[in-house]
Amino acid sequence: MIEIEGITKRYDATTVVDDVSMVIEPRTIAVIVGTSGSGKTTLLRMINRLVEPTSGIIKLDGADNRSLPGYELRRSIGYAIQGHGLFPHRTVAQNIATVPVLLGWDKDRIKARVDELMTLYQLDPEAFGPRYPHELSGGQQQRVGVARALAAEPNVLLMDEPFGALDPIIRAKAQEDLLAIQKRFGTTIILVTHDMEEAVHMGDKIAVMDAGKLVQYAKPAEILAKPASAFVETLVGASERPFRLLSLGRVRDAMEKGSAEGEAIPGDASQRDALAELLWSGRPALPVTGADGKPIGRVTVDGLVKRAARPA
Amino acid sequence: MNIRFDKLGVVIAAISAYAAFAAPFATFRANRIVPGQARSILEALPATTGTLLLVTIVVAALIALFKTPLVLRLAASVAALAALALLIGVAGTFLTPAGNTFARVSPASGFWILIFAFTLLLADVLTRLNLSPLARVGVLVVAALTIGLLLISGSWDNLSILKEYFNRADSFWAEGSKHVTLALGSLAAAVIVGLPLGILCHRVENLRAGVLNVLNIIQTIPSIALFGLLIAPLGWVAAHVPGAAALGIRGIGTAPAFVALFLYSLLPVVANTVVGLAGVPRAANDAARGMGMTDRQRLFGVEFPLAFPVILTGIRIVLVQNIGLATIAALIGGGGFGVFVFQGVGQTAMDLVLLGAVPTVALAFAAAIILDAVIEMTATRRRVETA
Ligand SMILES: Nc1ncnc2c1ncn2[C@@H]1O[C@H](COP(=O)(O)OP(=O)(O)OP(=O)(O)O)[C@@H](O)[C@H]1O
Ligand SMILES: [Mg+2]
Repeated sequence: MIEIEGITKRYDATTVVDDVSMVIEPRTIAVIVGTSGSGKTTLLRMINRLVEPTSGIIKLDGADNRSLPGYELRRSIGYAIQGHGLFPHRTVAQNIATVPVLLGWDKDRIKARVDELMTLYQLDPEAFGPRYPHELSGGQQQRVGVARALAAEPNVLLMDEPFGALDPIIRAKAQEDLLAIQKRFGTTIILVTHDMEEAVHMGDKIAVMDAGKLVQYAKPAEILAKPASAFVETLVGASERPFRLLSLGRVRDAMEKGSAEGEAIPGDASQRDALAELLWSGRPALPVTGADGKPIGRVTVDGLVKRAARPA
Repeated sequence: MNIRFDKLGVVIAAISAYAAFAAPFATFRANRIVPGQARSILEALPATTGTLLLVTIVVAALIALFKTPLVLRLAASVAALAALALLIGVAGTFLTPAGNTFARVSPASGFWILIFAFTLLLADVLTRLNLSPLARVGVLVVAALTIGLLLISGSWDNLSILKEYFNRADSFWAEGSKHVTLALGSLAAAVIVGLPLGILCHRVENLRAGVLNVLNIIQTIPSIALFGLLIAPLGWVAAHVPGAAALGIRGIGTAPAFVALFLYSLLPVVANTVVGLAGVPRAANDAARGMGMTDRQRLFGVEFPLAFPVILTGIRIVLVQNIGLATIAALIGGGGFGVFVFQGVGQTAMDLVLLGAVPTVALAFAAAIILDAVIEMTATRRRVETA
């Protein structure tokens, strides 16, 4: 659990982060969105004390984050830096091994961990391990940056626009991998992004920042349905709202009794995908299949459209 | 056929034509201090050998003049340089009357210009070949071995510079080792003091301007003050006090020379350390802190390796500068190759000046090539790409 209590950061006269309070529940993902310069990175860096707050307290699992020396605190928190920040003089493998080496892991364990992470991020350890960062593409560098943050299996992970340079296919894969890792290890993640789609997809809760202030911190559905201000509404993207709302729900939850013709859709697909398929194929209803592939009901255009409307 | 000129080749051809046909190849003197008589290539060498040398030079210059394959240019420059190096020795033997130990034969302007022209060609070819750092050091080693072999073989024994050497063989090596000790010792001291000072200046911003300013002042004023102020009175003593010149203008000893070189070396080391550390990408420093490195780990694990090529550049400047400057140390009794230079100046014996100057230039040249290679090798692996 991360408790941020009344955190403020001022540089001279300008307040960059202004009295922010929020609680990130253990084993959840909080996504921070906001315009450029709104203080997202600064807030993130106050958690691992790369930036010291002007006032306020941050607690990790109940303990003040100032109770440890800064460097020890940072070894326990994964940090994927904005724009990757790889060490140009170290190979990819050495970069990923940074924190395990600092923690004094033995060689075999480090090698195994590095290979595991590189394989996970589709970088062949044999081919990419000995390369230097400048010999990688931007997207590959970014994946190495994320792998480095994950290397020591941290409980808390801070990620500053980690998927910005990835193409849609690899980005989707990286997001799923991160969700899987988060589920498996119960990691608490704070993720900064500019991509509302990513925020809605990844976040258990979304924090919206504007000019240093936290203007709304709520579940994605609530952010979409009840934006706290015109700013949040604009950021969420008014024309995208119904589809984003649908993307949060599973087909299974919108299922009606009955049957339908044609190709089926699995129950755990998103309602947005179901609507897209309905519109694209011009059918009024789709059969829904369960985990065993047997039909268990159907979804209809009418039913989904009702769900896409602003909740009461 | 389409004939194209090589730009540098035009210059090389022009100056080598002048040097081969209009300038003296060697100088003959009845003894070491009387004015010399110029000898052209054909006068300085046996007839066939002389003609052969002229032909070699003309062909090599023509190859340089036109756009020709690199291998051909390489062969031409090496052949011309080898012929010059061998035949200047032959000229020494040819011009010296048998049994005459007073006569002096030395290379003259034409020889030096030709050497310069074809070294230029060779350097140009080597640059265009884009040799790896190790290969460049290899070329240096081959050149050094060749010169060493020529020296040992005795083919240059009749040249005046070697006659000066034979008169002073013991002191040559003694002064040589003093020269190297002075240059390397003061460099080592400057690195030992300058690196920590540079790191301190990088970390403590308030200190930076002050320290660098003080070093700047030392770099300019005291170098002139220390060496310059000494050159004037000692020069006066050498010229006006009978016997002082013959004594080699010994003055104050090695210690002040060492200190002066050390102070002179500090600025490049400290300044390059500061610049190198400041040039470490912010993202790398940020990541180092973000991953949980302590200040020490960040210094030795990230900042230092990334700043290393720049720091090495500072060390290269200092080494080359010290090898040259150590010559002047002789003026304040510090010893080194400068001893021969100033003795030679005092005695108006140019060959003695060369005995001090040529090894100094060779040392500085070799040091520059070796350190450049080291810098390049460390830098290629650490090429910084800003995020
Ligand atoms: N060290 C600093 N000194 C002064 N001002 C700073 C410093 N670091 C950040 N700022 C300012 O604080 C504000 C917030 O910066 P921050 O990096 O947190 O923004 P951000 O929300 O992460 O933006 P982006 O989306 O562009 O990454 C910016 O206006 C920035 O100029
Ligand atoms: Mg940012």
